[in-house]
Amino acid sequence: MFLKQLSEAVGVSGREAEVRDLIRAEIKDDVDQIETDALGNLIAFKEGKPEYPTILLAAHMDEIGLMITDITDDGLLKFKPIGGIDKRILVSKQVVVGPDKIPGLIGAKAIHLQEPDERKNPLDYGELYIDIGTKEKEESEKLIELGMMATFATEFKHLGTDTVKGKAFDDRVGCAALVELLQQEHQLSIIAAFTVQEEIGLRGASVVAYDLDPDLALVVEGTSASDVPDSKEAGYSTQLGAGPALTVQDGSLIPSQPVVNKLIEVAKQNEIPYQFRKLTTAGTDAGAIHLTKEGIRTAVMSLPCRYIHSPASLINLNDYQATVKLLTKFCEEMEEGGLTDEGIN
Amino acid sequence: MDSKQVLKELSEATGVSGYEKKLGQQVAQLFEPYVDQIEFDKLGNLLAYKAGESQQEYKVMLAAHLDEIGLMVTEIEEGGFLRFTTVGGVDQRTVVGQEVTVHGREDLSGIVGAKPPHLQDEEEQKKSFEIEKMYIDLGLAEAEVKKKVRVGDIISLQRDLLSLENDRVAGKALDDRAGVLLLLETLKELDKMTHQVDLYAVATVQEEVGVRGATTSTYGVVPDIGIAVDVCHGLMPGVNQDEAVELGTGPALSFGPHIHPQLVKKLKEVADEIELDYQLDASPSPRGTDAYAIQVTKSGIPTAVLSIPLRYMHTSVETVSLNDIKRGARLLAQLLRELEGEFVEGLRCF
Repeated sequence: MFLKQLSEAVGVSGREAEVRDLIRAEIKDDVDQIETDALGNLIAFKEGKPEYPTILLAAHMDEIGLMITDITDDGLLKFKPIGGIDKRILVSKQVVVGPDKIPGLIGAKAIHLQEPDERKNPLDYGELYIDIGTKEKEESEKLIELGMMATFATEFKHLGTDTVKGKAFDDRVGCAALVELLQQEHQLSIIAAFTVQEEIGLRGASVVAYDLDPDLALVVEGTSASDVPDSKEAGYSTQLGAGPALTVQDGSLIPSQPVVNKLIEVAKQNEIPYQFRKLTTAGTDAGAIHLTKEGIRTAVMSLPCRYIHSPASLINLNDYQATVKLLTKFCEEMEEGGLTDEGIN
Repeated sequence: MDSKQVLKELSEATGVSGYEKKLGQQVAQLFEPYVDQIEFDKLGNLLAYKAGESQQEYKVMLAAHLDEIGLMVTEIEEGGFLRFTTVGGVDQRTVVGQEVTVHGREDLSGIVGAKPPHLQDEEEQKKSFEIEKMYIDLGLAEAEVKKKVRVGDIISLQRDLLSLENDRVAGKALDDRAGVLLLLETLKELDKMTHQVDLYAVATVQEEVGVRGATTSTYGVVPDIGIAVDVCHGLMPGVNQDEAVELGTGPALSFGPHIHPQLVKKLKEVADEIELDYQLDASPSPRGTDAYAIQVTKSGIPTAVLSIPLRYMHTSVETVSLNDIKRGARLLAQLLRELEGEFVEGLRCF
């Protein structure tokens, strides 16, 4: 499964090369043209019939991670977060550092040497570091440059038949879905943008649409699912197994009504499960894309991920299949001339 | 199989306190070529016996514990999520986001989850996740979970052994699988030499919940000398110099009230003789290793502790230097080679 390769590849914001190369190699025979821009976005063009609209599909390649900011005299690596990381999940985890994937770990002082109260307080970045087994600064400096990125060393694996666990499903699931779509033939013209630096503030998406002028845009994301204990159903945001989630409002976007309405119509007609994303905070690449130039009609569909932005997230493969199907049918059923504002509020 | 490969297999095997049986058999296979006899006692301790040359039958016991800290299922909640408690000293901060194996009717992989940050208020986000509020997500439907899991099932942390720079490795349960490897390496060293005293290499159970295996196994052996082989804290930021020793500069000999002064003196002499680097580790309390039980068995046993420096104890990324283990084995083998009746008898004369 291509998603496995994507999940296990390393691509912390600003260092997306491995993911970009994987995708480029996977789609090169299925598209008419592939470009990269000044920020590193990968843009693939697949021409359809001229009377049909052009859709921009976007998924981000980058993932959250840690940037090496200093090396101590003992050879330990200090780091700062890249993107939204809850620092409480870092302790006692394996990581890989830099392009050569040097193995390391994030340790903690032994429980035996702690005061009982210490365990109530999370360790802060000042107390956390990566240990790669070196003994002193000079030894580490031969392997590590400041600015190198680290991410979790997590394998992609099945838990039961329908669920898989892995890292960086946000947004490698989106990348994988777009790749599948590009492998099919469509009437409408497709521009697939695999963007960079989403996790640090939609940087890639802010420029990617400028030269593209699509008729509409759809962002395919991984989003948080909180259908877990101690969370009331109203607070679920999304839940696993209920299909892709459509955004109705988030911190960066009120989606285009015609696009959302069309997505719902297509889902209903084809009996594809879908849900709404109930959380109204946070943002996606759509926030930047819909404000490009004079504006682009944009919506977001997301795949629910439990434990997003952590070493091991969990998704339901039925949700993934439903996401690909909805995306496919949405493109297939797009009519000549595209969407109009008819009948919206 | 080289030492690193053995340690990988030992570290990745499961043996949470009270559930060491399979691991004990695995270790028995490793010890078997180098000893005369292997037995298990009623608690599950592995006792490997190797006869010495002397007819006097002085007995030396080396003890490393098999068991590791872990978790245990306490409840199956709606949705198939598992609540759990700890077995041994687990820092709650190290568990969240951890991948685990639930040892139910079959082994099941899961992830330790906690209330998502975006549902927590600002005050909650400042505090550690509490273990009572965490749960394990198996990614399975509730009905399936109930078929495969019940309250009391053991949960172990999932972690592959990681090779770091130099000769260092990181993984789970190196406390005290590193000690078990040290016993094996000692047996291998002894294969190349002769010794007068009888040796009992004991892999003990239930150390992490109160040195229970050492209590019964020592009673079964009644050694003339007992040496606990365990791990001690490796130096790292935030740890005081007098609480820890360096990684990679040799095994550590404990000093403290429960350590027999002549025995530790002898160990130092032997180390100097073979020019082996060692360190000293302060042990003001008798607690913390199997030595706690060994020392006070029957009418009392002269006891010492040899430790492997280890960083991040009781996390899933415990880190040790393989050289420290090998040097520890050389030291113990040389000690056994040199021990004779007069010295052993002398330990009772103060």
